[in-house]
Amino acid sequence: MSDNSTVKKQTSPDEAALLPPVDVIEDSSGITLYADLPGVPKEKLRLHVEADTLTIEGEIDLEMPGGIEASHAEVSLPRYRRVFTLSKELDASKVGAEFKNGVLKLSIPKAEHAQPRKIEVKVL
Amino acid sequence: MMYRSLFPRDVLAELDRLQREMQQGFHLSPSIRGIARGGFPAMNVGGTPQSVDIYAFAPGIDPTTLDVQIEKGVLTVAGERKLDEPGKEATVHIDERFAGRFRRVVTLPDDVDASAVEAKYRDGVLRISIARKQAAQPRRITIG
Repeated sequence: MSDNSTVKKQTSPDEAALLPPVDVIEDSSGITLYADLPGVPKEKLRLHVEADTLTIEGEIDLEMPGGIEASHAEVSLPRYRRVFTLSKELDASKVGAEFKNGVLKLSIPKAEHAQPRKIEVKVL
Repeated sequence: MMYRSLFPRDVLAELDRLQREMQQGFHLSPSIRGIARGGFPAMNVGGTPQSVDIYAFAPGIDPTTLDVQIEKGVLTVAGERKLDEPGKEATVHIDERFAGRFRRVVTLPDDVDASAVEAKYRDGVLRISIARKQAAQPRRITIG
């Protein structure tokens, strides 16, 4: 393990990370994304939207007694990362995020112009 | 290299050996139940001379609905995970998260004190800490 914690705060994309399971649901107003990030406290969750790329990153922070020795580990890396490409009709500037009990809920609305509109037919 | 195999080209055998060796290193194994991988919740188990600590990664669950039991040296974590139902008009693009009932069982070491258990749920992780019996804790013996 390299000791680079003081050099850079952000994890580099080549650092090994767990891929969190997600659900992605779309309806007429936009996309809702749920991601399971157990063990990540709110202050260690990072969300980035850059151009059309959405990055979800989180560091696991567990309360552990001193001198603990792992005897069985299924969660073997201390961080999660997952990257998504957003499509043009989504409004990345209005992403809503909720984070509770290790579950992240992101609401990404469709841009105003992409919202479905009912076209009124005028009878003359 | 720590070890030099007799037939260095047999990579598979080497991996096998490594895996077995790692299993030997598990304090709670070998167990007839094994510990299955890929189940929900994912579990990490560790210990100190004073306690055995089990971490169950169970996000998005109301902790009051979790059923945690210790009986005859076996720890059981059971419950149900209900997810928000997508609306009728909605399209599900990705569906990876676990939903439904779950149960996981871990065999505990003999020296735990089943009456001294502490369970906490934080950030979607259930941590169960079980104290080891006093008599089983290491003691330094002074030589007179």
